[in-house]
Amino acid sequence: MRKLTGTSMTESSQETERDLIMTARNVDVFYGSKQAIKNVDLDIPKGSITALIGPSGCGKSTFLRCLNRMNDRIDICKVSGDIRYAGQDIYAPKVDPVALRARIGMVFQKPNPFPKSIFDNVAYGPKIHGLSSSKSEMADRVETALKQAGLFDEVSDRLDEPGTSLSGGQQQRLCIARAIAVEPDVILMDEPCSALDPIATAVVEELMESMRDDYTIAIVTHSMQQAARISQKTAFFHLGELIEYGDTGQIFTNPKETRTQSYISGRIG
Amino acid sequence: MTDISTASSSVTPDWTVQTPHRAKRERAEKRFRAYGIVAISIAVAFLASMLLTIFVGGMGAFTSSKIGLDITFNEEVIDPSGARDVSTFRDANYRPLISDALTEIFPEVTGRSEKRDLYKLVSSGAVYQLENMVTENPDLIGTTQRVWLTAGTDANLYLAGKVDQDVDESLRQLSSVQTGRIETLKSGGHIKTALNKSFFTNGDSREPEQAGILGALLGSFFSLLVCFVISFPLGVLTAVYLEEFARKNRLTDFIEVNINNLAAVPSIVFGLLGLAIFLNVFNLPRSTPLVGGMVLALMTLPTIIIASRAALRAVPPSVREAAIGLGASKVQTTFHHTVPLAMPGMLTGTIIGMAQALGETAPLLMIGMVAFIVDVPSSVVDTATSLPVQIFLWADNPEIGFREMTSAAIMVLLVFLVLMNLLAVLLRKKLERRW
Repeated sequence: MRKLTGTSMTESSQETERDLIMTARNVDVFYGSKQAIKNVDLDIPKGSITALIGPSGCGKSTFLRCLNRMNDRIDICKVSGDIRYAGQDIYAPKVDPVALRARIGMVFQKPNPFPKSIFDNVAYGPKIHGLSSSKSEMADRVETALKQAGLFDEVSDRLDEPGTSLSGGQQQRLCIARAIAVEPDVILMDEPCSALDPIATAVVEELMESMRDDYTIAIVTHSMQQAARISQKTAFFHLGELIEYGDTGQIFTNPKETRTQSYISGRIG
Repeated sequence: MTDISTASSSVTPDWTVQTPHRAKRERAEKRFRAYGIVAISIAVAFLASMLLTIFVGGMGAFTSSKIGLDITFNEEVIDPSGARDVSTFRDANYRPLISDALTEIFPEVTGRSEKRDLYKLVSSGAVYQLENMVTENPDLIGTTQRVWLTAGTDANLYLAGKVDQDVDESLRQLSSVQTGRIETLKSGGHIKTALNKSFFTNGDSREPEQAGILGALLGSFFSLLVCFVISFPLGVLTAVYLEEFARKNRLTDFIEVNINNLAAVPSIVFGLLGLAIFLNVFNLPRSTPLVGGMVLALMTLPTIIIASRAALRAVPPSVREAAIGLGASKVQTTFHHTVPLAMPGMLTGTIIGMAQALGETAPLLMIGMVAFIVDVPSSVVDTATSLPVQIFLWADNPEIGFREMTSAAIMVLLVFLVLMNLLAVLLRKKLERRW
């Protein structure tokens, strides 16, 4: 048994450390002199969907990007604190962020397929990591990833067409297939449905549900309904602080913090 | 309140009425359109008159007059020993063959200076034509052939109608006697107009009818080749490093400002730099396309760097994020995704830079590519001129025959500039089609 987060411990307390794939302790993030994340503690349990919600500019995307060191690309961004993946400090000096990102994949807000064929989009990750030794193995891997992303039936006869020729929802599922093809443990999703129409959103949400058995998902979303529909855990961020973290049902029905209450009832944000 | 709102919503305003405000606005629009049309017309008129002048002045250079003479390939003159050795053919003096043929047509010409004038009707380069004929086919020796020889400078001008007969005879290039002889030749079927092949196959010459553009063309080609080989990889790699890898700090800011400044430096300064460094310090061969290309590369580099950086910046950041999110390293991201996407823009920038370099004269003057060079260069270390320098040299030449050569050379230069720009457009179209 272990104490998990400051604000909510009772519901999560049954989970042992082994079930937590990622843990964050005392995380501060600065953009230059501006503090974007203030002393956040958060755990991501394995095989679940964790939703990060909060008003715009609350730091939830910034926090998500700390989890696979995407923020390294920004010169002025400084991350401190302790973030662990499977018990290893991912910000330790000798950690290779490139290898880390192969284990912790990412799907972005705007569908961003490469301007290459559908096949090449999915095959790119396995290719750079040397995961497939032959062409047929690569074809199998691409097919598996596309099937897992629920896209294979729609595109099986046009794998050599450009990925950018697909519809928005298909493009986003292609991006998910691309992330899956590298066989990561965790997939970070930064508002994956904000550029999609409601029908495409529903398809992607369904896909996320089905992926839960094989992958751990952390998702930033602006839609509280989406968080309520798909996630098991919800973290509410406000002005760079983690206000409340707990089981999704509890956050939406019985929030402990007044600020959470105000946000989910639409009074702030 | 309610009255007003009902009134304004029920009465449809009349949009057809011509109010003073509307009339003023429409007048302003019409006026502005007129200004635009006037501006474009003036620009087009300038361009058209320039092209017209060049075409009218230069077309003559593409044809030349030939004089057909019955040349007897006298064995005693060409090969007295009868050995049929090529070196003998090269050493032989073919002048008497032409003189004999001319004397046959004009037996009345006897005096020394009279004869000299007569022989001038045929170009002094005609002897090489005969030499080549004999070398290629020694069986010609001993036979008599009708050979079409290039007309001399003045005869050429007269036949092209460029000799003003109203000018006093003493000031004219050709005396009345000479023109009379040309007319005799003409009526005897000894004159024809043909494509001036030597313009495309010769190097420079003191005689306009023998001068050609090939030397300058190849000089330009080799210079641009060197320029491309140096400036394209350097420029693209610099742009990639600055845009994708370098941290933004004072040093990179300083470098960026200086690259922008370099793009604005007058080209002659680069020529002086080349003279001081490439020639005087490194002792590279003077007047060669190698040094010319290096100097042009210095000049083109800032253009390529600026265009390439703009092309890289235009690649959406989402592509980089996608690759990095998949675990691609920075180098993989750059060379698998960013650079291929920026390539059309980089190539366009490069070709525009090269087109600029093709038209550049000043820096080449500094490194000695302005010399009078007859030989056609065959490598980057042969002495050469370039197209714009050749134009400069010919424009500077007082002989009337070079006037049309100048215009013709400008036409060749323009054709190449247009071709290069066309290539840029085609390349961009082709590469951009990859989604």
